[in-house]
Amino acid sequence: MGPLLEVHQVSKAFDGLIALVDVSLAIHPGQIKGLIGPNGAGKSTLLRVISGLLRPTSGRVTFDGQVITGWTPERIVACGVVHVPERRQLFGAMRVEDNLLLGAYLRLRREPWRVIRGDLERVYELFPRLRERRRQVAATLSGGEQQMVAIGRALMARPRLLLLDEPSLGLAPLLVREFFRVVEELRAQGYTILLVEQNARQALRVADVAYVMETGRITTQGPGRDLLNLPEVQAAYLGAHPAEKTMGVGLR
Amino acid sequence: MRGLSSDIRALVAAGALVLLLGGFEMVRPGGISLSHLSGGLVTIDLLIRAGIFTIILVGLNLLMGYAGQVSLGQAAFYGMGAFFSAILTVKASVLGIPAVVAKAWWWPWLVMGGAAVLVGGFSFVVGWVILRLREHYLAMATLGLGVIVYIVLRENLGMPQLNLTGGFDGIVGIPRLRVGALAMWPEARYYFLVWGLALLTIALGLNVVRSPVGRALRAIHGSEAAAESVGVVVPLLKAQIFALSAALASLAGSLYAHFQAAVVPDTFGFVPSLELVVMSAIGGMASIWGAPFGALAVLVLQEVLRTRVLGLVPVVSGEMEPVVFGALLVLIMMFWPSGLVSSYWGRMAARGGGDGPAAGGAPSQQGL
Amino acid sequence: MSEQGLQTATGEAAGDRIRARSVVRGLGSSAWLVAAIALLVLFLLGMGRRLGYGAVDYLQLLVDGLQIGAVYALVALGFVVVYRVTGVINFTQGAFVMLGPMLAITLLARPPGGSALRLVLAAVVAVLLTAVIGMTIHRLTLHLARKASALTRIIITVGVYISVQGIALIVWGPRPYVLPAFTTFGMTDRLVHVGGLLVQAQTFWIWGTAAFTLALLALFFERTVVGKAMRACAVNRVAAQLMGIRVDRMATLAFGLAAVLGAVGGIVLSPATRPTYDMGLELGLKGFVAAIMGGLVSFPGAVVGALVLGVLESLWAGITLSGFKDIFAFVMLIIFLLVRPQGFLAGKGEVGH
Repeated sequence: MGPLLEVHQVSKAFDGLIALVDVSLAIHPGQIKGLIGPNGAGKSTLLRVISGLLRPTSGRVTFDGQVITGWTPERIVACGVVHVPERRQLFGAMRVEDNLLLGAYLRLRREPWRVIRGDLERVYELFPRLRERRRQVAATLSGGEQQMVAIGRALMARPRLLLLDEPSLGLAPLLVREFFRVVEELRAQGYTILLVEQNARQALRVADVAYVMETGRITTQGPGRDLLNLPEVQAAYLGAHPAEKTMGVGLR
Repeated sequence: MRGLSSDIRALVAAGALVLLLGGFEMVRPGGISLSHLSGGLVTIDLLIRAGIFTIILVGLNLLMGYAGQVSLGQAAFYGMGAFFSAILTVKASVLGIPAVVAKAWWWPWLVMGGAAVLVGGFSFVVGWVILRLREHYLAMATLGLGVIVYIVLRENLGMPQLNLTGGFDGIVGIPRLRVGALAMWPEARYYFLVWGLALLTIALGLNVVRSPVGRALRAIHGSEAAAESVGVVVPLLKAQIFALSAALASLAGSLYAHFQAAVVPDTFGFVPSLELVVMSAIGGMASIWGAPFGALAVLVLQEVLRTRVLGLVPVVSGEMEPVVFGALLVLIMMFWPSGLVSSYWGRMAARGGGDGPAAGGAPSQQGL
Repeated sequence: MSEQGLQTATGEAAGDRIRARSVVRGLGSSAWLVAAIALLVLFLLGMGRRLGYGAVDYLQLLVDGLQIGAVYALVALGFVVVYRVTGVINFTQGAFVMLGPMLAITLLARPPGGSALRLVLAAVVAVLLTAVIGMTIHRLTLHLARKASALTRIIITVGVYISVQGIALIVWGPRPYVLPAFTTFGMTDRLVHVGGLLVQAQTFWIWGTAAFTLALLALFFERTVVGKAMRACAVNRVAAQLMGIRVDRMATLAFGLAAVLGAVGGIVLSPATRPTYDMGLELGLKGFVAAIMGGLVSFPGAVVGALVLGVLESLWAGITLSGFKDIFAFVMLIIFLLVRPQGFLAGKGEVGH
């Protein structure tokens, strides 16, 4: 079976500032791929190109055989590509439940309310805390809870491809672990995920295949496990992460 | 300096054109006047009004096009100048000014200058306060200001017993300007006076644009924070430009008063302010030479609408005007926000001549 | 609603927020504001006393103020809807206020049927027509210019307003028209005795219609998918796009909604004041002032602002020369822009950048 998502030689420059250079990758259904690298490497930019928020300067993005480069974000979402942006971008002034429902916006017109309701229940099962807070205004939630809303909202769309941009950013270490447990659960449920992360260790643990991106290029790629053991990767990205240290080593 | 010499050349050319047109009208070779040549569209009357508007527009363009601050109430300053001149010449006795002074030839000139200074001072203070507002909030504030001034003028400054502004009907009987015994009349003479001043204003505008002040203005337009960081005292400069534009408008108003010999408040309300914006937009907001062009274009267009369209569409002549001008404003803002002239002059400027458009034309041109 | 004050109309928060250095910052200008309004009311009441006004006169002024205030509220809400979804201050709003009644009057001249039915039908069709016109205008102008700056787009709406008013002048002429009163279907309205006051029956129609419209609007935004989607666009445009929401269509819809609000306001007011081709200018500007007094992004704020403006303006009109009546709104405009741009109901200090 061909790849679900294919990024082919994508480059992006902003007024002379070069963000991406000839980036290529592919994701097959059911895979979780990780994208790690330092700040400013272009990881978020790549996701934004894929989801249509940005137009690449050159290169091509194909989804399910269809070239989607240059499409509007709305159209790309309609194909099943759901992007959970950096810092979540919730509808802060709206209630949790409304945020979740809006995730299913495109489905609300086509599918019966029962089905949507069912999905909503499943999200609440995944994140029981949200059920308690369903009528609360999203901006008043804690960081971890907001993250849950962001993921839940994405799931409501029944995404064929999930783009997660730095989901663990700003979360307390305990929540980080909980979050990655959720990612594992999602993988078990068969979701296809492209995960961009600062938290290299966790990302590499959970990803089938990972890419390392530096200054706009992909410099290393391979199975997550293998990259974990690569000395360069260890030195650059797996160094002193205080939370990991206090929790003790031996995560694998 | 390249810019300077091309400015001078342009001014000289413009001056020559002014002299030519004026001279032609005075001499009327073979009994033909400009009006005959242009099929009744261009008259000395129209040219005088164009000159008056040019003075306002230079100031407005500096404010809107270069500094990027919007004014939807500029006609208020225009009106203040006009009424100052009208009141202090016609109603001088009410204010206790001795007839000896009021009838002197130099009095209206003094009033004109004094009005410009006063209006400039007033607007400096006002500007200081409201120019801290951004973009559309500033636009609304200037709009509000314009309407307030209009209402005050229309309502006789709230003192109907003094009847200073003549209420709705305004003031009539404003004397013509004279220098000593030489009257600035008939029209041809007034034409030279007005355009002499207009050209001076254009020169002033060009000078500002070329100077460090001009650079500072453009910097403010681009980013106030950035301008501040290089030492521009932003609030001060904004208020100064606002004051300058108001003073120029006031001056134009005075010239208008002595031209029409009568002033009514309706000439200085909300819609006239918008007409000024249209003129500015057509000529190019960020272009000094756009001022005379915009003024002429709009005035000629008005004439065309008033006289030619009558036959084509079964409407009363004046009624097409707002429709056309509204549509024009929309189209220009949609497709040529930096103005029709700027685009052309921009290309000229690229060859090292002309004053060229400032960054972006319409205030704060930024993509969404 | 908890939405006001938390986020601004579009993602470009910094772009359309004022960096006003409030004179009365720090203490929380809301306390000052209430005090200032209270003082103003006292002043106005005092001046009225000098003119010999008694309680009944004041009540009459109050009723008048609330009547016009209800209409201002509808107009103001139209401004708020469009501003929140598109970031544009829509000057065409005034045109909608005029088109509603003018179209209704034109329609009324022809269709068959009994009085009540004709009036209702004409009104409904007029409102729908106005909405269609509004959405068409948006598609043809603002949608095409969506990349331009907010200010350019505002000027575009001004140009559209001028054109539409001009066309109205050509089509309907300068004379005032008459829309039958809702109660009597005739030229004269029934007067109702309330306390010592004589109140036009139309006033109750105005209040009723305004309240009903507000309720429908609230329901729309709270309960329907489209309503929530529109709110989402207003709250976070980028995120809305990522949900698959067509933000450009939402913008057009917002315009249509604003047109409905304006048209309803104009229609319900018209029996009390003769509609003319230029009625939209004043109502539009004052509705805008009311919206500003409400912070421009708040629905309840706009309603409060509108009612306060209506009442204060009415009190003011009661004590000044008639020509000066309109000045009040514009003075309020400038004061609010300078001192409290976030309007009446904003929680604390300045809205986030």
